Amino acid sequence: MFENYLMPESASTIAPRVDALIWVLTGMSAFFFFAVVAALAFLAIKYRKGSDANRDLAHPDNDALEITWTVLPTILAVVMFVVSTAIFLQYRQIPEGASEIYVTGKQWMWKLQHPSGKREINSLHVPVGVPIKLTMTSEDVLHSFFVPAFRVKQDVLPGRYTTLWFEATKPGTYHLFCTEYCGTDHSRMIGSVTVLEQADYQRWLESDDSVMASNLTPGEALYAKHGCVTCHDGGDAARGPMLAGKYGTEETLNSGETIIIDDEYIRESIYNPQAKLVAGYAPLMPVFKNLINEEELFLLIEHIKSMEDTEASN
Amino acid sequence: MAHASDSLVAHHFEDIDQQNESAVLGMWLFLAQEILFFGGLFAAYFVYRVKYPDAWAAASSELDIYLGGFNTVVLLVSSFTMAVSVNAAQTGKQQRLMMGMLVTLALGLTFVVVKFFEYKAKWDHGMIPGSGFVYHSTTGDYFAGVNPDQIQLFFCLYFVMTGMHALHMIIGAGLLLWLLALGYNGHFGPHRFMKVELFGFYWHFVDIVWVFLFPMLYLIDRSWMLQG
Amino acid sequence: MHTIAEAQRSAVFPEVNYLSARHTVASWLFTVDHKRIAMLYLVTISIMFALGGSFAALIRLELLTPAGDLLDSDTYNKVFTLHGVIMIFFFLIPSVPATIGNFLIPLMIGCKDLAFPRINLLSYYLYLLGATFAIIVLVRGGVDTGWTFYTPYSSTYAQTEVFYATMAAFAAGFSSILTGLNFIVTIHKMRAPGMSWFRMPLFVWAHYATSLIQILGTPVVAITLVLLATERIWGVGIFNPNIGGDPVLFQHLFWFYSHPAVYVMILPGMGVISEVITCFSRKRIFGYTFVAFSSLAIAVIGFLVWGHHMYVSGQSVFAGIVFSFITFLVAVPSAIKVFNWTATLYKGEITFEAPMIYAFGFMGLFLVGGLTGILLGSMGADVHFHDTYFVVAHFHYVMVGGMVMAFMCGLHFWWPKMTGRMYNETLGQISGILVFVGFNLTFMPQFLVGYLGMPRRYHVYSEEWQMLNVMSTLGATILGLGYILPAIYFPWSLFKGAPAGDNPWDAKGLEWETTSPPPTFNFDEENMPVVTEEAYAYVIERNTLGAR
Repeated sequence: MFENYLMPESASTIAPRVDALIWVLTGMSAFFFFAVVAALAFLAIKYRKGSDANRDLAHPDNDALEITWTVLPTILAVVMFVVSTAIFLQYRQIPEGASEIYVTGKQWMWKLQHPSGKREINSLHVPVGVPIKLTMTSEDVLHSFFVPAFRVKQDVLPGRYTTLWFEATKPGTYHLFCTEYCGTDHSRMIGSVTVLEQADYQRWLESDDSVMASNLTPGEALYAKHGCVTCHDGGDAARGPMLAGKYGTEETLNSGETIIIDDEYIRESIYNPQAKLVAGYAPLMPVFKNLINEEELFLLIEHIKSMEDTEASN
Repeated sequence: MAHASDSLVAHHFEDIDQQNESAVLGMWLFLAQEILFFGGLFAAYFVYRVKYPDAWAAASSELDIYLGGFNTVVLLVSSFTMAVSVNAAQTGKQQRLMMGMLVTLALGLTFVVVKFFEYKAKWDHGMIPGSGFVYHSTTGDYFAGVNPDQIQLFFCLYFVMTGMHALHMIIGAGLLLWLLALGYNGHFGPHRFMKVELFGFYWHFVDIVWVFLFPMLYLIDRSWMLQG
Repeated sequence: MHTIAEAQRSAVFPEVNYLSARHTVASWLFTVDHKRIAMLYLVTISIMFALGGSFAALIRLELLTPAGDLLDSDTYNKVFTLHGVIMIFFFLIPSVPATIGNFLIPLMIGCKDLAFPRINLLSYYLYLLGATFAIIVLVRGGVDTGWTFYTPYSSTYAQTEVFYATMAAFAAGFSSILTGLNFIVTIHKMRAPGMSWFRMPLFVWAHYATSLIQILGTPVVAITLVLLATERIWGVGIFNPNIGGDPVLFQHLFWFYSHPAVYVMILPGMGVISEVITCFSRKRIFGYTFVAFSSLAIAVIGFLVWGHHMYVSGQSVFAGIVFSFITFLVAVPSAIKVFNWTATLYKGEITFEAPMIYAFGFMGLFLVGGLTGILLGSMGADVHFHDTYFVVAHFHYVMVGGMVMAFMCGLHFWWPKMTGRMYNETLGQISGILVFVGFNLTFMPQFLVGYLGMPRRYHVYSEEWQMLNVMSTLGATILGLGYILPAIYFPWSLFKGAPAGDNPWDAKGLEWETTSPPPTFNFDEENMPVVTEEAYAYVIERNTLGAR
C-alpha cells in the first residue's frame, strides 16, 4: 500500500516483509523522535525563565523513573532484535531446488552465467516466480551485489564464494548496483535485472544460439580441454577420485576429517589440490590456479554437478 | 605548598607520591595500549592458525629453534638483570645500578644481533614473502602437500610480529643508553629512581611478548624432531 | 543572583593570565600549559575542518547532476576519501577532547595541569605530524580508498598514496592514545580535595569513558594500518586473498577500533551537553549517576558491536546475530542520556543563549541519528540499507548533528573562559539556528534517497534521485553559512569582545571560580580549590520568579 513512497518498487517475495519491518522500525523511531521533541518543546516553553510555572519540589533524581526508561527500551530493543533477525534468516535460507546463476565481479563489470552456459554482462535475465540462487565471487577487489527492488545485497569477495537468493514476483527491469567501493568506476559498475514471464524467459534462453553451437556445454568443453577426464573418470587407471555423482555427498579426507563436496571444495581442489586430499589418493594433481579463471571455474563446477554416476544408475 | 619548592616534584603536582603514582599509572595504561597493539597481531595469527593448521606447523618447523631458544634465554636473563637494576636504583646502590643496566643493554643487543642472523638465513633461503618466495621443505616428507601460499602467509606474520618486537627491543636499548648517560652524570639517587623503575616495566613487557611469540611461532609442531 | 548583563558590566580583563604570560612564538610552540596546547589544537583542527569542509562542498557540487560532469571518477573518489580521512582522524576524534577537554579537565577537577604536560605537547606534535602526512597525500595526488581502507583494494589495487594516508591515521592515532592516557591519569590522581568521583562534572565522566576507548581501541587500528602498509610495500601480506589471506579479517580489525571510535566522536559531545543543559536550566542534572554510568556502559558495550558493519560482508550468520543483539542493547544507554537531559528541563528556569540553542539542536539531531541507527542495527533492514545514502545520512546525523553541534555548543559556552571575551550573542544564536536548519535540509533528503537505494560513493547516479540530491546541496549551502559565521565573530571577539568576567553564565563548576582567562596554573596558587558541594548545585531563587 505504501509502494513508491519511501521505498523503491518491490519485486521479490522477501521485499514486502522487509518493507513491513522497515516501516515498523521507521514508525517507531518517528514516534520516539516526536515524543521526545514534544517533551523538550513543552518543557522549554513552560519553564522558560520568567514564566510563572510552579517550580516547587523539583527532585533531581527519581530511581523508579530511571529504571522504567531503562527497562522499557531494553525490552523493546530485544523484541525488535528478534523480529529483525527472523527476517534476516529468511535471506539466508536458500529454497530447495533454486536455479543457480553464477556471478563474477571484476573492476568494473558484472559477469553472469546461466546454468545452460549462457552468459551476460551487466544484465541479468531471470524468470518470474522461480527462486534464483546466485553464487558469487570476485576476480579482484571486494564488490557487492545490490538489487534495491528485491531488497537483496551481498558482498562479493575474491577467493571465496558468497551466495544470495531471491524470487522475483513482477516482470520488469530493475537496477543492479555495486555497493562495495571498488575503485575508479565503482559508480559505473551498474546494470539491470530483467524479470521475464517464464515463457518469455525460455524464449530468451533459446534466442541466442552462439553459446549452444557445439553440442558440448562450455563446462564439458573445459573439462575435456584440461584433461580432467584422464584422472577423474573412475576407471581402473584413475589416479584421482571419480567425480560423477559426488556433488553434495560426503567424502573422507586423508586427515580423517569428513567434508561435504560443495562449490567451495571443488574450487579449492582445482586451485590448490593438495589442501584437502580424499583419503587414499596421492598428492599428484597439478595446480590449475593460473590456467582456469573464476568464470571458467563456475562452468566446471556446473559441469561436475551435472555429471551423473553412470555406474550407479546402470 | 610546602613541597612545591622540592626540585624532585614538578610544579603541577602536590607531592612526590602523587607524582610517582601518576607516573606508574601512566605506564600501566601505556602497557595496556601495547597489549592491544600486539593483540591485533595475535588475533590475526590465531585466525590463520585455526584456518591452516598444517601449513602453520610446517612453516613453524622451518624456524631455527636453537637460535630462538637461545634468544629466549637471553631475554629472560636480561629481565633478571633489569630487576636487579631497579632494586639497586631503589636502594641507592649506584654502581650496581650501572652494572645491571649495562648487562641488560648487552643482552638486549645480543638478542637483536641473533635476530638479525635469523632474518638473514631466511633471506638466503628465499623465504621472504613476495614474488621471489620459495618454500623448500627442510623437514622431509612430514609436511608434504602443504600449500606454499599458506607458508608465505605464515612468514608475513612472522616477520611483522618479530619485527615489531625487535623494534621495541631497539627502542628499549636506546632508552637504556639514555638512562646510562643519566646515571653516569649522577642523576639517580634513593629518592630519584622512577625513570629506571618505569623502564623496568617496559623491558619486562617486551620480554613477556617474546615469551608468547616464541612458542607461538617456533614450537607449533616439533614432535617430528623427537620421532626422528 | 545576578544577570549576565550585570556580571559583565563589572568585568575587567585580568592582567595575569595564561595568554599574556609570555608572547614569543616559541612560548606557544614549546608550551606545556594544557590551555595553550588546547588553543594550538583549536587552531589546527579548525584549519582541518575547513579543509574537510571544502571537500564536502566539492562532493555536494558534483552531486547536483546525475552525470559525472564536474569531477572525473578518480578525482571524486579522492575527494570523498580525503573528506572522510580528514574529518574523522583530524577533526572529529580530537575535536572536543583535545581542545575543550584539554583546556577544561584540569580546571574542572581543580588542578594546575594535566599529569603529563610534556606528553600532552608530544600528542599535539604527533597530531601535527599526522596532519602533515595528510597534506603530503594531498600534494602527491590524493588517496582513493575511502576512509575505511578496505583490502584488497587498498593493499593491492589502489594506485594512490595509501601508504602516506595510513601513516597519517597512524600518527593521529597515537596522538589520541596519549591524550586519553593523560586524561585517565589526571582524573585518577589529580582531583582537588573534596572532588570525589560522584562530584565530578559529567563532562569529566564522559572524557574518562572516551579515554578508555582511545587507549584500548586505537592501538588495534594502528597495528592494522601497519599490516596494510607493509602489505603495500612488500607486495604480499596477510590480507591478500591470492595467498590464502582473508580480506574480511581486515574489516574485523578495522571496525574493532573504528566502531568504538564512533563513541570517541560522540561521548565528549554528550559531556558538553550535560554541562550546558544544567547551566541554562539552572538545575542539577536529572539522574546524575545514570548519566555517568551510561557513558561507561557505552564505552564498554561499544567494544562488542563492531560486526554490525559487516552483516553482508560474508561473516557468519551466527556472528551477525550476536553483534546485532549487542547493538540493540548499546542503544539503551544513549536513550537514558536523552531522557535524563529532557527531564532536567522540568521545573528549570530556562534561557536560550547560543550554547543552549546548539544544545537543543544537538538533542534533535542526535535523536534522529540514534534512532536511525536502530534500523541499521536490525539485520533484516540493514541488508537493504547497507552502503546506501541511508548510512551516510545516519552517521552524519550522529557525527555532525551530534558531535559538531556539541563542539560548537561547548565552544560558545567556554569561549569566554578560554579567551576572556564575549562573542556576539545574537550572531551566535543565528548561527545555531542556521546550522540546525541547514543540516536538516542537507541530510534529511539523503535518508530519503537512501530508502530508495542510492549507493554511497557514487558520483554518477540514476536520474530519479536528482531532485533529492539538489535539495541536499541547497541545504549544504545554508549549513556552510552557519559555520562561516562563527569563523568570523569568534576571531572578531578576541579583539573587540567585552571582557567576560569570571563567570558570565553564573554557572557552577570549578572552572568558573577562576579568572577568565585563567592564570598559567589555573587557580590562585595560595588558595587552591576545595570542593564542598555536589556538581551542578544550581538554586532557583523563587522570589525572583514571576516578577518579570
